[in-house]
Amino acid sequence: MKTMTSETETIITWIEAAPVDKFSIEGGACIKHNDEQIAIFNFTSRGEWYATQNLCPHKKEMALSRGMIGDKAGEPKVVCPFHKKQFSLKSGECMDDSKCDHIKTYPVKVENGMVFVGVPA
Amino acid sequence: MSNGKQQLIVIGNGMVGYKFCEKFISRNLNDRYELTVFGEEPWVAYDRVHLSEYFTTPKVEHLEMAPRTWYEENGINLITSSPVTELNTFTKTLKTYKGEEYDYDQLVLATGSSAFVPPIDGVQKDGIFVYRTIEDLDQIIAYSKKSKSGAVIGGGLLGLEAAKALMDLNLEAHVVEFAPRLMPRQLDERGAEFLKDKIEDLGVKIHLSKNTKQFTGSPAVNRMDFTDGSQLEVDMVVISAGIRPRDELAKSAAIATGSRGGIIVDDKMATSAEHVYAIGECALHENMIYGLVAPGYEMADVVLDQLAGGEKEFTPYDMSTKLKLIGVDVASFGDPFGEKEAYKSVVYENGSSGVYKRINISKDGKRLLGGILVGEADDYNMLLQMTLNEMKIPAEPESLIVKTSGSEATGNGIAALPDTAMICSCENVSKADICNAVKDGKQELSELKACTKAGTGCGGCLPMVKDLMTHTMSEMGITVKKTICEHFDYSRQELYDIIKIREYKTFTETIGAVGTGCGCEICKPAVGSILASLWNDLVLKEDTILDTNDRFLANIQRGGTYSVVPRVAGGEITPDKLIVLGEVAKKYNLYCKITGGQRIDLLGATLNDLPKIWEELIDAGFESGQAYGKSVRTVKSCVGSTWCRYGVQDSVTMAIQIEERYKGLRSPHKLKFAVSGCTRECAEAQSKDVGVIATDKGWALYVCGNGGTKPQHAVLIATDIDDETLIKYIDRLLSFYIKTADPLTRTATWLNKLDGGIEYLKEVIIEDSLGICSELEAHMQHHVDTFICEWKDAVEDPQKREKFSHFINSEENDPTLEFVDLRGQRFPKPW
Repeated sequence: MKTMTSETETIITWIEAAPVDKFSIEGGACIKHNDEQIAIFNFTSRGEWYATQNLCPHKKEMALSRGMIGDKAGEPKVVCPFHKKQFSLKSGECMDDSKCDHIKTYPVKVENGMVFVGVPA
Repeated sequence: MSNGKQQLIVIGNGMVGYKFCEKFISRNLNDRYELTVFGEEPWVAYDRVHLSEYFTTPKVEHLEMAPRTWYEENGINLITSSPVTELNTFTKTLKTYKGEEYDYDQLVLATGSSAFVPPIDGVQKDGIFVYRTIEDLDQIIAYSKKSKSGAVIGGGLLGLEAAKALMDLNLEAHVVEFAPRLMPRQLDERGAEFLKDKIEDLGVKIHLSKNTKQFTGSPAVNRMDFTDGSQLEVDMVVISAGIRPRDELAKSAAIATGSRGGIIVDDKMATSAEHVYAIGECALHENMIYGLVAPGYEMADVVLDQLAGGEKEFTPYDMSTKLKLIGVDVASFGDPFGEKEAYKSVVYENGSSGVYKRINISKDGKRLLGGILVGEADDYNMLLQMTLNEMKIPAEPESLIVKTSGSEATGNGIAALPDTAMICSCENVSKADICNAVKDGKQELSELKACTKAGTGCGGCLPMVKDLMTHTMSEMGITVKKTICEHFDYSRQELYDIIKIREYKTFTETIGAVGTGCGCEICKPAVGSILASLWNDLVLKEDTILDTNDRFLANIQRGGTYSVVPRVAGGEITPDKLIVLGEVAKKYNLYCKITGGQRIDLLGATLNDLPKIWEELIDAGFESGQAYGKSVRTVKSCVGSTWCRYGVQDSVTMAIQIEERYKGLRSPHKLKFAVSGCTRECAEAQSKDVGVIATDKGWALYVCGNGGTKPQHAVLIATDIDDETLIKYIDRLLSFYIKTADPLTRTATWLNKLDGGIEYLKEVIIEDSLGICSELEAHMQHHVDTFICEWKDAVEDPQKREKFSHFINSEENDPTLEFVDLRGQRFPKPW
């Protein structure tokens, strides 16, 4: 399935990730898409879903899906379990170290109990 | 000039050149001067102090002092990639290498320095580099890819930094130093020996008293030959043998320079040519080149003060320094060698922890003159302040460098500092500056830093800035409330009581009722720990509020695998169980290591294998060792009276009894115990949170000790007590600690902060002065009665078990995991 999103005008493909009930409440999980690893977060308390690259750019660990989520002054974030680098789930920006690379973010949608993540076509 | 402004030109866009621009703007001199800056390198000024970070994050932007847009926004003309090649101080003009001419009214030379390359035969060969600019680093990184080993010439500050960089590039690293010791300008012989031991432990090979005669190899270097006839085979060489001031432009313009280099300046940074100043590493002030940024920044300020019509002068600068070299704290302050006046020295050496401290004291014993710290430099700020401000020192000066158990840190002395004490030497911020900012309402560290700039340079003064902030606030009558984080307006102890009284059972319930927002990595595990301590529920009930180790009931290791540590109570294990551990390790290809707590660590388990591994271990009678939790870890023991000819009590049986009683107990931080069978103390009980030592008549109980970053001995609170009393006291101690400690505070720190200290603690848990002992004991009994092995529960519960999988849409393990072989076992591939 390909969609033209109005905001960015880039074509994305929606990948079927997993059913909603496979995800921990208020937590993340990782999916494999070809050679890519994508972390998907079920932000239950906000009723929101987010997706980012699974790789933490700090020490190159495949670990963000195992990180804790939360917010900093209202901005949703994920915290890497290795050295606690914090990334905005919205912009991918590293929130506590301006010298750290940003992470990629992906759109997520839920349809009929199934979670989809949008990757560039 | 058409706009009526004078033309001010700075040649050089290094750290000092940049700081000049920053201070130029903050002094609002842009009303009177138009500022143009020439940089030789293509980039904008970058942070050379943290250059080695480029090896881990090779992006220039990360090191930039300010982005290019900052110069534009502030109306500064920055012209990079433009070396200035000609200067005429009579016509007041300069020319760049492109032939473009510029006029100036005032000129500042901030041309910095270059690496000194000694004239050694073969120094021009391929594979020999200097360590100075980003271009040098790019070349080093590229060349390292085809190299296995590298040597750094020079064992000073920068040389050791360079050695670390080579290590980060996965090379076998060598340091070659001409002098008979490392850091000869900062450290004495003994201090240098301690530093050498520490650095060698990290895998860097050190060669002292070596004078390089020639480099061999063609076209690339492959060997260094020394004058003593010895040789060293290496694939690349990095030269870090000191700096040479860049004075060639000044020389060509007939400005006076020193015989050994450097542009001669007076106290106002003026050179021999009118309207020309020199600052930073190119300037020679009273025969001294300052190779640190702080004096360079001060010089920039002196020049700006002249330009603003002021009279400020530069005075010889304190060269004290503290830094972390390859992870080792090193500091040198005041007069480290006692060269300036007669002195007495006090030396503390601890070979086992690798700590060396030396202070020099005036003959009359009243003033601190200087000193050296290696391995631990926590007291650097305070000692430096005492030196600079000539503060009176205690009658027993050894107390300045040796801590006695339970004593307060020297940090308390901040009240005694004079207002003029320079707290942040990078940015020249005094105690009064900081205290006044706090009084003006800057009562968050981030605000205080932004306002005063203190701690924004090397960051070494931050602990002191923080102490000053807290101190000033409490003087103002503001209670400094230790709230957990932005989501809860309570301290941990308050939250503990609230959760207990209102009987909240989950994080969601707690934050919904008494918090705001969604929580974070600080409050989630803190509340998780409180819930587990209070109700002894299984931690996995709400898995996502836990740190990863608790969430997956194992310690995450490099690469993202986990380690498995089953409980081996008291360190006693049967041959059959040992065989099971071996078999499981073999089956799942786990690396094995004996831990410091007398158990066995199996490392390298993938997330997907964890439940299978634990299923086999549980079948063989093992339980979780909670090595992953902020909870009771181990009870170390010696064999005691059962085997040992000296033993007076059965320490193993007592250790097992204690471990079985408290296993699984969740607490603000980890808890370690030990039981020794006699006063010889083979179990090292006095370094534990709870240490028990056998006496002829029973047991002696020591509490609140720890190893770790800042070791502290445990304190004796009872002696000759029987088994029952011993357990009762430990029950009370642990319950009281869990109830009152801040998150992630070990018992030693908790005791240090406890009002009334050890005497108060004894009153509470021995004399029951608060009347809460029965409650404390009941809390512990509840824990003992409701213990369940978390791993047993996890492997038997299909829903929990499902979470132990790297992907949710594939059974596969993480395909990016890579291992290397070392000594017959496998390890994660290095970062």
